Amino acid sequence: MSTTVEKQFETVIGLEVHLQFHTKTKIFCGCANDFGRDPNSHTCPVCLGLPGTLPVLNKVALQYAVKVGLALNCKINPYIKFDRKNYYYPDLPKGYQISQYDLPIAQHGFLMIPTESGPKKIGIFRAHMEEDAGKLIHDGQTQSSLVDYNRTGTPLLEIVSDPDLRSPQEAYDYLQTLKLILQYLDVSDCDMEKGSLRCDANVSLRRCGEKEFGTKAEVKNMNSFRAVKAALEYEELRQSKMILSGERVVQETRLWSEEKGMTFSMRSKEEAHDYRYFPEPDLVPFTLTEKNIDDVRRTLPELPQEKFQRLQSQYEISAYDTQIIIQDPALAAFLEECVAVGGVAVKKVCNWIIGPLQQETNTRKVKFDQLKLAPKNLMDLISKVEGGVVSNLVGKDILKMILDSGKTAEQIIQENGLAQVSDDGTLDKVIDEIISQSDSVVQQIKEGKESALGFLVGQVMKKTQGKANPKKAGELIRRRLSP
Amino acid sequence: MISKKDVQYIAHLARISLSENEQETLAKDLEGIVKYVGKLQELDTKAVEPTTHVLPINNVFREDVVRPSLTQEEALANAPAKEAGSFKVPQVIE
Repeated sequence: MSTTVEKQFETVIGLEVHLQFHTKTKIFCGCANDFGRDPNSHTCPVCLGLPGTLPVLNKVALQYAVKVGLALNCKINPYIKFDRKNYYYPDLPKGYQISQYDLPIAQHGFLMIPTESGPKKIGIFRAHMEEDAGKLIHDGQTQSSLVDYNRTGTPLLEIVSDPDLRSPQEAYDYLQTLKLILQYLDVSDCDMEKGSLRCDANVSLRRCGEKEFGTKAEVKNMNSFRAVKAALEYEELRQSKMILSGERVVQETRLWSEEKGMTFSMRSKEEAHDYRYFPEPDLVPFTLTEKNIDDVRRTLPELPQEKFQRLQSQYEISAYDTQIIIQDPALAAFLEECVAVGGVAVKKVCNWIIGPLQQETNTRKVKFDQLKLAPKNLMDLISKVEGGVVSNLVGKDILKMILDSGKTAEQIIQENGLAQVSDDGTLDKVIDEIISQSDSVVQQIKEGKESALGFLVGQVMKKTQGKANPKKAGELIRRRLSP
Repeated sequence: MISKKDVQYIAHLARISLSENEQETLAKDLEGIVKYVGKLQELDTKAVEPTTHVLPINNVFREDVVRPSLTQEEALANAPAKEAGSFKVPQVIE
């Protein structure tokens, strides 16, 4: 942010997040909710909007919506209905989108985001259910657009924040926090690249101390959290320049261009934002009793913030480690399974999970839960490293082999003869040989040059292909050469 | 008062084209309809819950079970234009 913006203006941001649920079927029909297939191979008369068809609500989609609402501390409305949002666009075969207008599933919630001055509460204005539209591919050459309706009818939840965010960084942190909660709830893939999580931002500036909001711009077309932050930073600058030069900020929709690093006015669709909402006559209303809501509440998992606090106090691990561990619920679950196996200090287990294991997930480009690793197997490996059976370095190689083969640490050590050599007999033989070949170095050591000892230990390691226990080798050499 | 401009606006939203004559007639018709429905404004509805649906039924659900979809061929059977398994429409750019 430029210093002028910082001094004179306050940034006000509200975010709209669209979340695709990963239910088995679409929201109002039995078509598979799986749109990465051949175009128009997952459609039916209902989602194509053919005359005479009737939508029927997917029970699981409603449960997911309640789940998210509860996790975001919302009030769940006991009586909800659907409405028609009318607009004309080829990705919408019916000419209207079934959405929720005045009786959304959830309202008045909040979540906590981390800031430099401690946790900050960000209000959730509302969350409502709706259906996704189809996909358009523009073909400039033939002056036509191609429409694929596979995505039409994918269950969506639109989560609207209050205008409580005060910087692009806060917006970024809000998205990170929200995404993690949604991942824990296991209701969506939350993959922005695939479009299962999308974000539009409303941003305006006002002079510091002013109560009224300024005129906002709605920014769309960001395909990563980083892009959301960049687009908002760009808008801060653009709007502040306009205000400072006496121009008026106009309320409009702007598109973020990733290549140009700028937002552009999207003038074409300005004319008719007249959605003429009215109650959807094809769907009956829905009631949610206290019991219905409690039934869903019971399915809520331990959420990131709760998990953070519990892990930290229960296992006495650092905030830093805990923060990394809770970024993936599978990782946290794995840690706890390892701890249950026992035999190694939790801190050591943490180091292995955050270090070598994370590294393996990254190089293999897989998700953690795709690694086939039994907690017991990792714990045995760590025990062997801690007990000096294998060195730390060899331990990491063994981990790779475990992940490749699914064999146990013990099997791999046996089959490959990887056990560290610590017994005096074997090491003595190697040391004898090396000392007899290194007269000058031996002389230096005898004259008190300690660093020369390291050279000999290195030779021992080389000779044993890294299997010698270096500490033990050093001791033996010193003992041999001491007068 | 429903003006000709109102009629043109609504016609555009509905993507229908109307002749000058039709616009004038419809403006009059709509005027009458709005006036007729406006009669309801005279009622005191403070104590009445808004009607969200005319049927006294709630909570009609579908289980989350996949049912067969149409084939691509079937889905596109009535398309005026198609290409590469997709519906082909005049170019739209936002």
